[in-house]
Amino acid sequence: MDFGPYLFLATLEGLVQAAVLCLTALGLSLVFGVMRVVNVAHGEFYMLGAVLAWWITGWFAGNPAIGFFAAIIIGPLLVGLIAYLCERFILRRVEYDPEATIVATIGILYILQQTTLLTFGPDARPVDTPFYFRVEFPWFGYSGYKLLVIGAAVLLLLLAWFVITRTRLGLIMRATQFDRETAQNFGISVDKVYATVFAVGAGFAAVAAVLIVPIQQAHYLMGGDPLLLSFIVVIIGGLGSIRGTLVAALLIGLSDGIISVFFSPTLAKMVSTMLVALVLVFRPQGLFGVRSRI
Amino acid sequence: MSNKSQKPDTNHSRRKVIKTLGAAAGIGAVSNFSPILFPRAYAASEPIKIGAQFHRTGIGASYGRWYERTAMAALKIINDEGGINGRPVEIIVEDDGTDPKRGAEVVEKFATQHKVDVAYGTLFSHVVIGSSPRAGELKLPYIVVSEGHHVASGKLNRYVFQPGITDVKSQVISMAPWISDNLGKKVTMIYPDFAFGHDHRDYFSAAIAAQGGEVLEKIAIPPTETSFTKYFPRIPRDTEVLYHVMVGPGVLTFVKEMGQHFGSKRPEIFGFIDSLEAVDLSTPQLEFLEGTHFWEGNPRYAQTNQSAHDKLFRAAVGVDDNGASLNDPKDISTYAHMFGCWETLFIIKQAMEACGYSGAADRPAFVEAMEALRNFDEGRNHPQGSKVFNPQIHQSFGHQYISKVEGGRLNVKHKTSIEDGMYEAEGDYTKMPL
Amino acid sequence: MQPGYKSLLLHALVVIGLFLLQFVLPEYHHLSVARIMLLAVFAMGFNLLFGYTGLLSLGHAMFFAAGMYGAGLSVYHFDWSVPLSFIFGVGCGAMLSFVVGLIALRTTGVAFMIVTLMFSQVAYLIIVYFTTYTRGDEGLVMPQAARSFILLGREFLLTDAATRYNLSLILLTITMVVVLLLVRGKFGRSLIAVRENEPRTRMLGYNTFAIKLRALTVSGTLSAGSGAAYALMFAYIGSSFATIQYSIDPLLYSLLGGAGTVLGPVLGTFLMFYLIDIASEYTTAYLLVAGVVLVMLVLFFPKGLLGTVRERWLRWLP
Repeated sequence: MDFGPYLFLATLEGLVQAAVLCLTALGLSLVFGVMRVVNVAHGEFYMLGAVLAWWITGWFAGNPAIGFFAAIIIGPLLVGLIAYLCERFILRRVEYDPEATIVATIGILYILQQTTLLTFGPDARPVDTPFYFRVEFPWFGYSGYKLLVIGAAVLLLLLAWFVITRTRLGLIMRATQFDRETAQNFGISVDKVYATVFAVGAGFAAVAAVLIVPIQQAHYLMGGDPLLLSFIVVIIGGLGSIRGTLVAALLIGLSDGIISVFFSPTLAKMVSTMLVALVLVFRPQGLFGVRSRI
Repeated sequence: MSNKSQKPDTNHSRRKVIKTLGAAAGIGAVSNFSPILFPRAYAASEPIKIGAQFHRTGIGASYGRWYERTAMAALKIINDEGGINGRPVEIIVEDDGTDPKRGAEVVEKFATQHKVDVAYGTLFSHVVIGSSPRAGELKLPYIVVSEGHHVASGKLNRYVFQPGITDVKSQVISMAPWISDNLGKKVTMIYPDFAFGHDHRDYFSAAIAAQGGEVLEKIAIPPTETSFTKYFPRIPRDTEVLYHVMVGPGVLTFVKEMGQHFGSKRPEIFGFIDSLEAVDLSTPQLEFLEGTHFWEGNPRYAQTNQSAHDKLFRAAVGVDDNGASLNDPKDISTYAHMFGCWETLFIIKQAMEACGYSGAADRPAFVEAMEALRNFDEGRNHPQGSKVFNPQIHQSFGHQYISKVEGGRLNVKHKTSIEDGMYEAEGDYTKMPL
Repeated sequence: MQPGYKSLLLHALVVIGLFLLQFVLPEYHHLSVARIMLLAVFAMGFNLLFGYTGLLSLGHAMFFAAGMYGAGLSVYHFDWSVPLSFIFGVGCGAMLSFVVGLIALRTTGVAFMIVTLMFSQVAYLIIVYFTTYTRGDEGLVMPQAARSFILLGREFLLTDAATRYNLSLILLTITMVVVLLLVRGKFGRSLIAVRENEPRTRMLGYNTFAIKLRALTVSGTLSAGSGAAYALMFAYIGSSFATIQYSIDPLLYSLLGGAGTVLGPVLGTFLMFYLIDIASEYTTAYLLVAGVVLVMLVLFFPKGLLGTVRERWLRWLP
């Protein structure tokens, strides 16, 4: 394939990765930004979304689109519920102490992962795409579903942006993030906000996984990479900045794919990783973060 | 569910811990200075203990599950037929989490806490390599079912054996003649960018060149890659054969995206069933594989000339003629590898009986008995096929199968001869001290 | 202020206890404790940076790996003697931590976490990239010649369990002494000052960058010592030791046992090893058990075991 079209293909692929990464990272950004806690189990919520998608689509024998639609609604809700329970019974009890939260979420990680291994099993299992059509570009054919993923991610991001910047709920979340004590003084129930944010954050990760699972497979160890990557995105983008999360996700999602056009894949990963590190070294607040409250 | 050994090992090991702790200073002091366990004369009814190091968790868990089932099935037959040297056989399973560090710890546990006679069963190469030094130093025979070239390379130690399954070098080089004669001489290779993939790359390149062919392009894919579309455009247009050996959870994606890339016009495709172990071929994503070929260690689907041994093997392990679990047709086994666990257990029995094994003091004799083995005939104990054991490199050579995907199942088209996979020995374990 | 009399006595007792333990331990535990002690060195090294200086690094696996590969590769490819390779491995770790520190310490808090994580990923990828020399994930087995060495006229067999146990104990003791002296001395107080309030410390005229760099270098060097010893004692190096799991482990051990205490990481290492070892005899889901235990521990001992002990009863615990 000629270079131009090849680059275009790599870009499309990168956009799909970026889209999913963006949603996952958004969930983490909310949790990290508002609650200031490191949720090491975030990747497992992602994995649960994929596993639940497989389970839910399994109920519907006919048109895969129905099953998928059900999965994308029910899955994230279930994951959000699980997250809510974790928050309520564990994180709140340790009062979000940073170190204790890390240990607690590592524990939650093990619990979720192993429970999945015991029930879902060790094999990777596929989920059907809701529909199948091929977009014919002049140089290659491309999966229409992948384009849908990009579109869906954009929509969800717009929705998130709208809620956070234009609604009362979003205002409350931002207030709590900005200054927890003052927010309490204004009568905001910080406990409720935290619970909601944690559940919503997990829900976003689950949605991202449901979107990607027809392209990949559901596997009980699939949460590791998204955890790492979404962390990087959140830090690079800057805490609490949706715009930052979007830009960073694009950067990281695309860079991997495009650099590997030029270099060997392992070398490409090395280069993109170093770049990420150096961005942070010279701009620790991230691209759009505000340099202050660390 | 089979996470129990023949005897309930929870009481057994708890009793053991209390017993050993109670033994205190004397035994502790002496055994500290001597890594070789004191020989004991076993009563006739004391079981022979085999430590099974399986991947119950971690990335190898899909395989580990089936390895355990197969081992237990073979164990039942052995015990039903009177055990080894008149003594019952017990398998103690430990999970190594598919991790070399834990693997080494498990080997130590087998040798010193469970006090097994031999250890066996590991699959993933890095775990084998990480565990082998400790097995050698504790003088614990370590009989692996790994498929890696590590044992045969002569770089491990005299206590490590791989008699029940062929190694990747042998598998790869035996494919080259048939591919060259039947599919094409211009090959593009896609493989994972770690040691296993590099082995395929190196061995096959040499082998196909020896057949007068060439490798046009070598596409290495990073281990954690989840999306492969961007690699396919690198396949040169004049590729006659696409050789793939992708492993890991991303394989379905790989095949699907490969199909999307090629559409209806595709080169000949040859893959290793490693990619699709435990995966149902009738999955819609895999339609693209119709008409392509695979290496199979052991044919997953019962063939028209199915031997009685294969029938018995399937019934004992609990898989149907499609290689799926009898309890769940969607639960596909790792058929191309798990036979190794069955055959190896019978080989251990054979060697123990040849040297009249009675206890840990006989381990050196056991090693020599293993090294005296030569031929394994196809039969109930060796349902995959006959094998020839090379004592110098502690590795067996056997038949490989080449199958074609037709109508959603694999039909064997060719069975290689044992000579097709032979190569010069690169070391000699028999010259090492015991 | 020198380490107090009570803390010196406590640590001496721990060392003596571990020394005596080898004569009563059954063989399996004897072998396991030798490993645990080495991993405890790693955890203690990590804790110097994390518990005392307040910097959470998610990349310490790279220092462990630097020691492991520095020692392992020089033994394997260059046939160096064991002591020389060990020193070289430690030296690699020292150098790497210094260089990484120069760059990464420009950040702090969460940015530091990610930067160290990234550097560690790059280290892992480098090991995999040079598979020709390192054999990547498969790894390398140390040659026979490296299973013994001669020092001061005596021959040491690394295949002998007692030798390994005592060498590990020596390394553990040295690390304990180093950490104890550092944290109880002037340097330790400046570390804690940086942890508690870095801007104020800087305002008081301290060069906090230099302080942090020193801490990171010592921390990385100790971690590398653990890695180098692990490679030489257990005769295997592999890229799996450079993965993120090996950056999380010392964090876990430190938090469990009590970050900010000297003995906490040691206790945490012992605990996690036996937790997994014992649980795996009863169930495949031993990590599930581990997870539940972690959650329980964190709910009832949020400062880690020794941290809680220090808080409630023994205020003088270093």
